[in-house]
Amino acid sequence: MQHFAQAVRSAAAAAAVIFLVAGCSSVKLDDEQKPAPIVDAGAADKGSTDARAVAPVDAAATRGVDPFTDPNNPLSKKSVYFDFDSFLVKSEYQPLVEAHGKYLAANAGRQVKVEGNTDERGGREYNLALGQKRAEAVKQRLLLMGARDAQIETVSFGKEKPRATGNTEEAWAQNRRADIVYK
Amino acid sequence: MKKSRNNAPRTTRRNVCGALVLLPLAVRAQLRVEITGVGGQQFPIAIARFAQEGAGAPQEVDAIVRADLARSGLFRIVDAGSQPIVDNSNINLADWKVRGADALVIGSSRRLADGRYDVRFRLLDTVKQTQLDGLSYVSPASDLRLTAHRIADRIYEKLTGERGVFATRIAYVVQTSRNSWELHVADADGANSQSALRSREPIISPVWAPDGIRLAYVSFETGKPVVYVHTVTTGERKAVANFRGSNSAPAWSPDGRSLAVTLTREGNSQIFLMNADGSNVRRLTQSSGIDTEPFFSPDGQSIYFTSDRSGGPQIYRMPATGGAAQRVTFGGDYNISPRLSFDGRLMAFVARRGGKFQVMVMDLASGSESPVTDTAHDESPSFAPNGRLLLYATEVNGRGILASASVDGSVRTRLSGPSGDIREPTWGPYIK
Repeated sequence: MQHFAQAVRSAAAAAAVIFLVAGCSSVKLDDEQKPAPIVDAGAADKGSTDARAVAPVDAAATRGVDPFTDPNNPLSKKSVYFDFDSFLVKSEYQPLVEAHGKYLAANAGRQVKVEGNTDERGGREYNLALGQKRAEAVKQRLLLMGARDAQIETVSFGKEKPRATGNTEEAWAQNRRADIVYK
Repeated sequence: MKKSRNNAPRTTRRNVCGALVLLPLAVRAQLRVEITGVGGQQFPIAIARFAQEGAGAPQEVDAIVRADLARSGLFRIVDAGSQPIVDNSNINLADWKVRGADALVIGSSRRLADGRYDVRFRLLDTVKQTQLDGLSYVSPASDLRLTAHRIADRIYEKLTGERGVFATRIAYVVQTSRNSWELHVADADGANSQSALRSREPIISPVWAPDGIRLAYVSFETGKPVVYVHTVTTGERKAVANFRGSNSAPAWSPDGRSLAVTLTREGNSQIFLMNADGSNVRRLTQSSGIDTEPFFSPDGQSIYFTSDRSGGPQIYRMPATGGAAQRVTFGGDYNISPRLSFDGRLMAFVARRGGKFQVMVMDLASGSESPVTDTAHDESPSFAPNGRLLLYATEVNGRGILASASVDGSVRTRLSGPSGDIREPTWGPYIK
């Protein structure tokens, strides 16, 4: 009962302070423990120079369109597909790989993992090595565009993490792949 | 092809004779087990239902013994009817001989006051009409399967002169859903499986250490392949190869002190040697392509491995310290996953022939090879410690299963296992 009475008194005191602050925005408060002043959003728009104002900035808006999600930018595509039993980066994927290589060259702080994959046919360990060869082929192209070795780790999932399931050529083609994954 | 098959009985006879020397004269005269591979005679044996005294045992010990011996490929199980033969009853062994059985096994299981079970068996020679063996095993209910496997081992050894493998253990990986993998340890028949590791990422390439306690394997749990060594009894595990790139294909040296692994820290997949704790890493192969799947010869002197240096994958052999490699496989354009028998004479591997992936066995002295299976999606062959059986994974109706085969391919058996997609079996060593 006593606790309840105390709580009511505290709430009333807090309400009084808020009322005071809201009604008189320039009042200097003596007690630093009191709640921070509440700034009227409308007042800020009118050119108030309150030191506690926070102006939100959208980084993407200032840089323009995000290159990694803009479908017109080759950086938005991160998968390279391979022919059966092949590690050759086909010409249709070279603009994609070159764009990532240039981006890495220009952004030395960024790092990627290149993850190689294979279709389901054949042994698990041998496929792991085949997937590694695909990842390595993509890495070599990235290096040619000026990316640094330390920016790129190549790994393989072999046939263990198929994107498409089923034993059709369509599924296999989806899984013969290297993905460029930004860390 | 012919040679590899003809070689098997020669060794077997030698082994049997070696064992016979140790046996009493009366027994020696009666043993006629000849292990002759395809088309060879299987030893006819009848295993009667074990008598249940008091509350019955929760495991059908005789059924497990029967299945073990049948799976070995060396025995033909003669029907013993459905009635148990009570010990001390008047058994007419000559009748059993007439029914076609050269040996008869009778037995019983009895629940003791403390809840354990006393399982007894007798192995009887129907030709000489003598007892060859007889033992009593007391075990808790949870070990009755093991008791059954031990009885099968005992019978196997008495009749063949070779050590049985039914009481050894295997390990394998089962994928239980799209994002769930488990590493299981089970009896050699695939039953009694226990999960040693659960993961939301793939597990591949488990392999038993020679101590039968530790497993090395590859886990993708950190987002890439890393080699772990895992002590099964305690669950303690350590990443022993976690270098930049992919780490995979662990193989134990026969003394258990070293691991050969495949690393990509210097580019493509190459074979390295390290201490079993991951220290002292040195590169063994120096090719520009793929070198992977190392496997030590039983004498520890050589490493067999898969390489694409000639174009497609083929199996090669090199000194265990590295150096010049010799090509071992020449048939077909896809030969992978070499595993040697413990006597070093045979090599099992997986070959692609006409679009099928099949387990093959090569006689290393002659180079002759023959298929062991007739399935199309075989993987991961693994020899039993006595070299008589192979364990492998294959597919039935799109689902991975375990199978065992005699090395000549004459007897193939599908093993039991948990539900899910089973793969990557590895047969453990004899447990001391």
